[in-house]
Amino acid sequence: MPRFEPVLSKNFRTEGIRSLDVYRKNGGYRAAEKALKTMSPEQVIETVTAANLRGRGGAGFPAGMKWSFLPKDRKITNLCVNADESEPGTFNNRVLMENDPHQMLEGALIAGYATRTTTAYIYMRVEFHEQFHILQKALDEAYAAGYFGNNILGTGFSMNCYVHRGAGAYVCGEETGLIESLEGKRGWPRIKPPFPAVEGVFRRPTVVNNVETLACCVHIIERGADWFKSIGTPGSAGPKLYTISGPVKRPGWYEAPLGLSCRDLIFGDDFAQGMLDGKGVKGCIPGGLSVGVLTEKELDCKLDFDEVRKFGLLGLGTAGAIVIPADADIRQVLMNCARFYAHESCGQCTQCREGTGWMYKIAARIALGAGRIEDLDLLSELSQNMGMMPGLSICGLPDGAVYPIRTIVQKFRGEFEERIRAQEPGRAAEVLQRLNRSAYSLPIFGQSRLAGAV
Amino acid sequence: MAWEALDRRTAVIEKDAPAVLNEAVREKIRSFFPRYETKRAALLPALHVVQDALGHVDWQAMREIAEVLELKPAEVFDTISFYTHFWTHDKGKKVITLCRSLSCQLMGADAVKAAIEKQLGIGEHETAADGQYSFVTEECLAACDHAPCLLMNEKLHRRVKADDIAKMLADPNNDRLDLPRSDLFDAPKPPASTSESNPNPEP
Repeated sequence: MPRFEPVLSKNFRTEGIRSLDVYRKNGGYRAAEKALKTMSPEQVIETVTAANLRGRGGAGFPAGMKWSFLPKDRKITNLCVNADESEPGTFNNRVLMENDPHQMLEGALIAGYATRTTTAYIYMRVEFHEQFHILQKALDEAYAAGYFGNNILGTGFSMNCYVHRGAGAYVCGEETGLIESLEGKRGWPRIKPPFPAVEGVFRRPTVVNNVETLACCVHIIERGADWFKSIGTPGSAGPKLYTISGPVKRPGWYEAPLGLSCRDLIFGDDFAQGMLDGKGVKGCIPGGLSVGVLTEKELDCKLDFDEVRKFGLLGLGTAGAIVIPADADIRQVLMNCARFYAHESCGQCTQCREGTGWMYKIAARIALGAGRIEDLDLLSELSQNMGMMPGLSICGLPDGAVYPIRTIVQKFRGEFEERIRAQEPGRAAEVLQRLNRSAYSLPIFGQSRLAGAV
Repeated sequence: MAWEALDRRTAVIEKDAPAVLNEAVREKIRSFFPRYETKRAALLPALHVVQDALGHVDWQAMREIAEVLELKPAEVFDTISFYTHFWTHDKGKKVITLCRSLSCQLMGADAVKAAIEKQLGIGEHETAADGQYSFVTEECLAACDHAPCLLMNEKLHRRVKADDIAKMLADPNNDRLDLPRSDLFDAPKPPASTSESNPNPEP
């Protein structure tokens, strides 16, 4: 295989790339000029659609198609750039914004032109302090150079761009949750339809795109749809910024065509180069926590939008891999996953609010050494009864919550059973009493029942 | 967690408390109005501005924000109670935010947490007696390649080791961020057009 020429990350190591001058010297804003001066908005949408650019935020929805859903007779259009990156294990947006902020801004300008946007909001999570200062500085420079504001590049196209900072909520990464949060309300996802393309921020037609999606637009406009499609696999075109973390030798970001195998990402010489201290691999969560887990045997799974589903995963997600070492206690991993969703559920839909809470309580009980074999069945059953797929929730957060729980319990069931059988007798009763004294001291939860559970 | 309220003290509401927001802070909040179509949308920026100025957003501040944004105080409280970033009671001078998500846990965040708690003598969601530090844990900080990581106010500390915690906490400059800051953060530009007309019509 010929060595892949980086696209998104080509300027990451260039000295001073955060400044506009250096970015322009490296070919920056050429694509935006090409789009604004020589192409009509429809042509830009056609090109991006032809390139089969699938959204990089997790769901993999084609970006060009999303833009084409906007009503034709609209007066005002808003663009939201989703930089609320909170998926555990994911940091490709952070890397894109801190290493090459202008690339993302150029992408926002192109997407804004294609959708005839009047105002673009970059919704950035508040924990990105350094990235905020970097991006705001870059935005000021771009404003001063006339890439944002009135009459951009003398073409008569006007668009404003603002950075809006979030306040620490995972659910605001969901597109309608983001919109509600932007309007100054609780980040509660809206019932769809109406979809944001028809009624979004301030009840105006709105497009929400991920940072990486916009960064890809720049290169599609510059080098054409056919070039973009020649990278990656037929269903999943283009380059992708893979990220990897956990106890590997070189954690970090690696750019590769879509369709990289998980094993290559962990062990490849160009990638993470294997595990620290020669540890074994127990499993790998390949695309941000919500997609589910791959076992050591399944590591040859190709990470693109379609293939991962064959392994019982939700999707590609954000391609942020977390490697679980062989010496990790799977019960702790389960508890950590469950705690995340219990904390971040917005509380709007009952089955998600209660379900994530119960999953955490059960997982915590198992992790504390008070598990029961039937808890595993209980978790599996719970995971069948939450989310958009059974049609019970407004947003996809509970779907993301059940996949890791379900796959961890299914794929590591043997280990769970072994751990549960090895628990000290009587420990369960003691832990449960400590966790919830009042409930478990009721006569109906007597010692005999608990002792029998172990 | 929807069913468990962390870090909330029952507030004492003073009916006739003196105003806490000065004119400069109010003006700064108003400067965000041109960015959005509704005044309510300036609420998150307003809360950030007030928290930066006062350290936390108490009941009186909420009431005054509501006044500036032409909202009901309850609407401000509705929003503020959803987000973990805002403090409704006073916090330490520096807030330590430790990541507790999977990558960091696998790389030893539990040991770092224990070291911080031992060093400061406080638990999670508590403030040290001298008012220097508050300690919270948060879900993923999106810096998993540098796990375990923590935020000291705005500064991200990467690959923190439990053994280095004492040294880190003793360093007075442990929250210094040497990045150029934008002047425009406080003074956004007015929009191209505030009217209903479309500046980018169908060609």
